[in-house]
Amino acid sequence: MIGTKGTVVAVNGNMVSVRFDGAVSMNEVGFVKLGDKKLKSEVIRIRGDISQLQVFEVTKGISVGDSVEYSGDMLAVEVGPGLLGQVYDGLQNPLPKLAAVAGNFLERGVYLDPLSVDISWAFTPVAKVGDTVERADTLGTVPEGAFTHRIMVPFNLYGTYTIASIKGAGSYTIRDTIAELKDEKGNTIPVTMSFRWPVKRPIDCFVERYKPTEPMVTRVRLIDTFFPVARGGTYCIPGPFGAGKTVLQQITSRYADIDIVILAACGERAGEVVETLKEFPELTDPKTGKSLMERTIIICNTSSMPVASREASVYTAVTLAEYYRQMGLNVLLLADSTSRWAQAMREMSGRLEEIPGEEAFPAYLESTIASFYERAGTVRLRDGSIGSVTIGGTVSPAGGNFEEPVTQATLKVVGAFHGLSRERSDARKFPAIHPLDSWSKYKGIIAAEKVGYAHGFMRRGSEVEQMMKVVGEEGTSIEDYVIYLKGDLIDSVYFQQNSFDAVDAAVSPDRQKHIFAILLHILASQFTFPDKNEARSWFNRLRQKFLDFNGSEWQSERFVSLQKEIESTVSAQSTGLDKAAEKVLA
Amino acid sequence: MNKVYSKIESITGSVITVKAEGIRYGDLAEVDTVFGTSLAEVNRLAGDLVSLQVFAGGRGISTGDTVRFLGRPMQVAFSENLMGRVFSGSGTPRDNGPALTDNPIPIGGPSVNPANRIIPRNMIRTGIPMIDLFNTLVVSQKLPIFSVSGEPYNDLLARIAMQAEVDVIILGGMGLKYDDYLFFKDTLEEGGALSRTVMFVHTASDPTVECLMIPDMSLAVAEQFALQGKDVLVLLTDMTNFADAMKEISIIQEQVPSNRGYPGDLYSQLASRYEKAVDFESAGSITILGVTTMPGDDVTHPVPDNTGYITEGQYYLKNGRIEPFGSLSRLKQQVNGKTRADHRALMDGMIKLYSAFRDTLEKKAMGFIMTAWDDKLLKYGDLFEKKMMDLTVNIPLEKALDLGWEILSDCFSPEETGLRTELINQFWPKKD
Repeated sequence: MIGTKGTVVAVNGNMVSVRFDGAVSMNEVGFVKLGDKKLKSEVIRIRGDISQLQVFEVTKGISVGDSVEYSGDMLAVEVGPGLLGQVYDGLQNPLPKLAAVAGNFLERGVYLDPLSVDISWAFTPVAKVGDTVERADTLGTVPEGAFTHRIMVPFNLYGTYTIASIKGAGSYTIRDTIAELKDEKGNTIPVTMSFRWPVKRPIDCFVERYKPTEPMVTRVRLIDTFFPVARGGTYCIPGPFGAGKTVLQQITSRYADIDIVILAACGERAGEVVETLKEFPELTDPKTGKSLMERTIIICNTSSMPVASREASVYTAVTLAEYYRQMGLNVLLLADSTSRWAQAMREMSGRLEEIPGEEAFPAYLESTIASFYERAGTVRLRDGSIGSVTIGGTVSPAGGNFEEPVTQATLKVVGAFHGLSRERSDARKFPAIHPLDSWSKYKGIIAAEKVGYAHGFMRRGSEVEQMMKVVGEEGTSIEDYVIYLKGDLIDSVYFQQNSFDAVDAAVSPDRQKHIFAILLHILASQFTFPDKNEARSWFNRLRQKFLDFNGSEWQSERFVSLQKEIESTVSAQSTGLDKAAEKVLA
Repeated sequence: MNKVYSKIESITGSVITVKAEGIRYGDLAEVDTVFGTSLAEVNRLAGDLVSLQVFAGGRGISTGDTVRFLGRPMQVAFSENLMGRVFSGSGTPRDNGPALTDNPIPIGGPSVNPANRIIPRNMIRTGIPMIDLFNTLVVSQKLPIFSVSGEPYNDLLARIAMQAEVDVIILGGMGLKYDDYLFFKDTLEEGGALSRTVMFVHTASDPTVECLMIPDMSLAVAEQFALQGKDVLVLLTDMTNFADAMKEISIIQEQVPSNRGYPGDLYSQLASRYEKAVDFESAGSITILGVTTMPGDDVTHPVPDNTGYITEGQYYLKNGRIEPFGSLSRLKQQVNGKTRADHRALMDGMIKLYSAFRDTLEKKAMGFIMTAWDDKLLKYGDLFEKKMMDLTVNIPLEKALDLGWEILSDCFSPEETGLRTELINQFWPKKD
């Protein structure tokens, strides 16, 4: 099919105005011809016979009169076997392959196949001739790394079909026809193992969407115990630059208890992205023993890549996440950072000369953020299996101020909030998630009342600390002072983790429960000290033992002996248990 | 086909408009005026109207002046002959040397494919403990120095330049005071570094548009040296002036302003420059140190704020010292695991205690009685500031680590430091 054609009439930054002849649709992809290159663009406004296109590349060299071809398709990704382990840019260009073709630099107008057309996949049919199928029904499977990749009826085939033919078990590439479907009118539609889906449309091939209830373990104590995330849920991590958002994301991407992780680096620093790119293949997935990269897809847009490509990248990422969800898998999408995505929106809106909203963001900022996060969810598929997409987005608010529009719009739609604080990161507390500002609406791995009891010490400890700033340490009672020290103890031995330490960097749920129980016992114990100096130094010694304990291998000899030391230190000093805590401890 | 156009339709600030056809976005033109010839760059096309940014500014341009399109974008001549030379924002010599025209290369080229990058892995030693120990500078890093006007940021930049082990230094000066330009030139000359330095300097009195060219020219030249296998250090001062020049021009062009009048693409514009920092797999590297002055010491101002999200950390310069809070080298963990076993723990431990010292200082200022613990912290903070933070301290990393343990043991008992027992056993100074 030959699409509509047009001619460039104006160039302003990365926006090109094109006079067209024929029909053009909103969000349609067009190509601006520049010599022998074609620059990918998206239609973002149509007025009369002029369409405005956001070019996904640098526009240098374009002149008035250059020709434009419209593709007839919306911006779409190709899905099929071979997505796992790939590193793409926001337009699904495979970056390592691009490097092989174009060298060190990102040359304009070079677009490669997102999926290899040479690889043969071992196909096993599931459906048979005569079966009635609908979109997203499984036709067969191929093994992809540790997963069984479902070859499904393309999601854009609405209606019911009868299978007219299907290939037997064997090796096929994604370009080979593996089945022929007959529609109600008797037309035959050949299907291959891959197809395209427009990124800005959620994949909706499921029967029912559930409330997220099952915890998604991240191995970060502060998150799993205190501010948990649920599978199929959403959470956000806002914080000023330098507060540790990226490190937290990296740790989560490695240890989260999930099948597939999709990382969307949206306007990210290349120096940090490269770390992920090079390290992931070297790391072993704790679950499968294979390379971590085999269950990962990276969508990588460094901050210097064109703004429109950055804007597209979160959609590319979430579409791939939804695709694997359709196979009954649990997928985690980590978007870093949604603020830069919002900034890209702002930049494009300014270029369109739209009336700016708050802080010059477009008026549709909130609804766009909301509909992005709404693409998360746990769903039941037509065959009864359950799949989920969890979305965790970092937010980089200007000046670390959570009142700004992107943070506020995000907070309205997420289920958990991990707010990072400048004070905590300045004091080198990792993770710098603020234990008093953060919240979660999800259920965690430890009973809520136990967590609440422990959290109370943090809260009261902080109150005492504030009070001490007014009345001084000498004006504080020893009872209050001990509460403050207990709060400080949870903070330093439980909330904080040593991200450089092999053992302490990621803590299993079993270990979390185990040490939480010990800590809870300490919090509930009553201690009497002759004076505050004595109290401080006793807690210092206890903290020291606990830190060593945190660094010792789970259930090793050292672990057991340090635990004994802690317990005897505590029982030697304890004068009994807090009455109110007995119920909680039981 | 260098067609000459002699009718200028409009002149607004430094932007002129002519009617012309077949002109490409980003092309260069020469504008002949009674004051001489200036370069101009196409920055908007609308039908047959071509808007150009005149490098020398709009002052004195007449509607009868001629515009000649060169049919190519901005370039800079690249060769070994650049060493020791100084150029302006339009590429003309500032020293009395000859103009260079051989081997022209385009500026503002595409960024490096992240898949072809290597993980930053080499530390750049500076001899400054606040950098080497606490926020190690890494080859290929992009770091701004956040600073208030009046702080010795150019001195710090020059000092790092002199002491850093690199092959080539490129200095990009934007809106530099003439005195500062001379300071850099003299300092590098005295230190014997001028012969490995190329300077692109826009001074405060030069036309605003030329300011915009400085980073791109500096980085294009840096990239060529890096591709030849050289380790290049690019110093950019001051990036806030660069952003302000962008603001000035975008407002003149009636673009819809974003935050505080800056153009909506401020982030992208800054990013495309900073992202030029790279360590090539099979060639050299580019490390970028920039100065970002913060109007009113306000880190939420759009320029430092956007910069912070692009760069791999920042050094905060305050009261003549690099502040431990707010200063950050994101890439430090790539290198400080290989330096010495105590590096990471000491780095965090000492800052935690320094943070407690600051709290105590606050308490003291409010007139509270100091406890024994407070007294220890006060002693610690004082020693830390004198022996570690002072920018005149110049010692190798290993000496700085030893000094750290010494300070700790002068003030605290081992378990008060929050450091692991095994490290204490190994490094705690033995005293009789």
